[in-house]
Amino acid sequence: MRQVLKAMPALPLLIALLALMVYMSPFYRTVPGLMIFLQRAAPLVVLACGTSFVLIAGGFDLSLGSLITLVAIAGAMITQGDAALTAPAVAAVFAIGLVVGTVNGIVVAYVKVPSIITTLGTLLSVQGIAMAWSGGAPSSTLPENFRYLGRGRIHDVPVLGSLPVSVIVLVLVWAMTHWLLHRTNFGSMVFMLGDNPKAALLAGVPTRRVRVACFVISSLTAVIAGLLLGGYSGVSVDVGGDYALQAIAAAVIGGIVLLGGRGTIAGAASGALALYALFTVLNLFGVSEPVRLAVQGLILIAAAAFTARR
Amino acid sequence: MAQTGLIRALLRAGTLIALLLAMCGVTWAQVANVNVDKEFAEQMALMKAKPNGPADKPWEQWFDANLKDTSSYAKKGPYHLCFSNAGLGNAWRVTGWITMQAEVELDKDKIASFDHADGQSNDNKQISDIQSFINGGKCDALIVSPNTSAALTPVVEQACKHMPVVTFDRSVNTPCPVTAVRSIGGYAWGAAGAQFIVKNIPKGGKVLVLRTAPGIDVFETRWTAADKIFKDAGVDVVGNEFVGGDRAKTKAIVTDYITRIGQIDAVWVDLGTVSVAAAEAFQDMGMPYPVITGEDEQDYLQAWQKDGFKGFASTYPAYQWRTAVQATLKILEGKPVPAPEWILPQPVITKDNLAKFVNAKLSPLHFSMCGCEDMPGFPERWGGKK
Repeated sequence: MRQVLKAMPALPLLIALLALMVYMSPFYRTVPGLMIFLQRAAPLVVLACGTSFVLIAGGFDLSLGSLITLVAIAGAMITQGDAALTAPAVAAVFAIGLVVGTVNGIVVAYVKVPSIITTLGTLLSVQGIAMAWSGGAPSSTLPENFRYLGRGRIHDVPVLGSLPVSVIVLVLVWAMTHWLLHRTNFGSMVFMLGDNPKAALLAGVPTRRVRVACFVISSLTAVIAGLLLGGYSGVSVDVGGDYALQAIAAAVIGGIVLLGGRGTIAGAASGALALYALFTVLNLFGVSEPVRLAVQGLILIAAAAFTARR
Repeated sequence: MAQTGLIRALLRAGTLIALLLAMCGVTWAQVANVNVDKEFAEQMALMKAKPNGPADKPWEQWFDANLKDTSSYAKKGPYHLCFSNAGLGNAWRVTGWITMQAEVELDKDKIASFDHADGQSNDNKQISDIQSFINGGKCDALIVSPNTSAALTPVVEQACKHMPVVTFDRSVNTPCPVTAVRSIGGYAWGAAGAQFIVKNIPKGGKVLVLRTAPGIDVFETRWTAADKIFKDAGVDVVGNEFVGGDRAKTKAIVTDYITRIGQIDAVWVDLGTVSVAAAEAFQDMGMPYPVITGEDEQDYLQAWQKDGFKGFASTYPAYQWRTAVQATLKILEGKPVPAPEWILPQPVITKDNLAKFVNAKLSPLHFSMCGCEDMPGFPERWGGKK
């Protein structure tokens, strides 16, 4: 039990929020209701898992939100609503993610620009590209098959009834990032890098390449989150804008230490679920947007303080 | 982290205050200039009135029979027309612009040239566009679709001294254009959907209102009218949210309302773009559809037909882009035109005439009240498939 808590410090908070959520809304007492909760939380969970690599390696990735926007817009601009063009569009958005991640990584690792500045710059550039490409308003929609990941459902699943595809994506990304961070040599190098970069270098860790890889993983999860989010709700010029900070917040609530070296994927994922449960509970209380932001801020500070004290 | 959260919250608060200030300014201006009740009553009367002109060509129809003599503008053709466009910033304008170009081609024996300038949704750009048309001295007449009324007024007044001017969509604050083409108006638009809702939900039913942004004239008139209808009918407006025309935000907000309130009886929108996202929220939650109002965009019409919810589309007809060209030609030929305003009918789409407007071959963002079905190149030219 103690070990579980150590890996997932957000677990008590998550359980409390889920209990409150279920208590308040009959809708969330049903299996489909919980599935919809998971479906809506999926982009944030995926993103928190990916950005954990950058955080644990001792950096920040602020460019994720605008990358999500670009993914949704690129999907619409490339396909122009034509289902036959979905495959090239998906390939293209993954290529975009790869490029953005590599650029972030190279600038941070080789040019030695602090990651918070680098990714802030990328955030603005990517946002600019998305705005210029769409002309400020998306002029087309995403075809149904492009939206499958975010909106599709598998019917007639035992126990669950119907299973949103997003939930499968969530579980897969969780499992893969968990394996990568906790079960591979690469994962241990990420921890070493975040703990003490000099020591890692002396120990023979290819620190620059590991750092680049962390940014690439982070960007690729942003692409997946973009596919989920765009799929769930369609194109919009500012879809995903808030997500970079929310993902970092989720990771902090989940026990990932901001200066690097400590944290788990299970922690980040449970932190993301707790944060999304918090949004849901605030909504169920009927809290208006400004108050919601304020409450959200207070709870974040509390969570960060709690994590720091441990 | 605490810091970034705080900064973000502060930024949000700042934006909110700025928005509130902007809102106050606009509301004041409206109160000073417009008699809401009178305009509302006029528009409601027009929705019931019978327009003049051919019934099968609503873009040639008009209300009020005052025709203005334009013989003083008569000229020998073919004509050089100039068009200053506010911009192509949304799908409605794209549909309209294609329709307008098709209309110019239909009249090619009368039109020697058709120059157009794209204002890129920027007042300054459009002002300089119009100035170069005036200075170029080539235009026989000028068509203007103003980006904003007040900013464009002086330059349009200047243009009026050199050639006949026709405005459409938005107008300018001067009577100098020969005529201003428009449809009935925002009050009628908003009221029509609200009346449909009142008729189709139980008394005291729950309505969710989705609006675009505060302080924009066209949206304020739509909501003012709907609000009046809802209040008179004792409808329970459970939420009134600004979604900025954003489908993603719309779906999230509607989903939030469903989890909080449960079944909602109707969703009223002030912009058809978000209707499909609202419908999706109910579909994905496995809830029965409520009444969902919308506009004449294909994706909404198709979803309405396919999913079978109770729909209703108010329209802001894109066929006025055709009318503007036809009006200009009439003026140059010295034929009388309705003036100072050419008020076009503003049809609604109900389940009875829905089939006429649904066309799966068209692109999802095509506006069906374009009056373009019989034009050459339909539907491919409008982004549709053969």
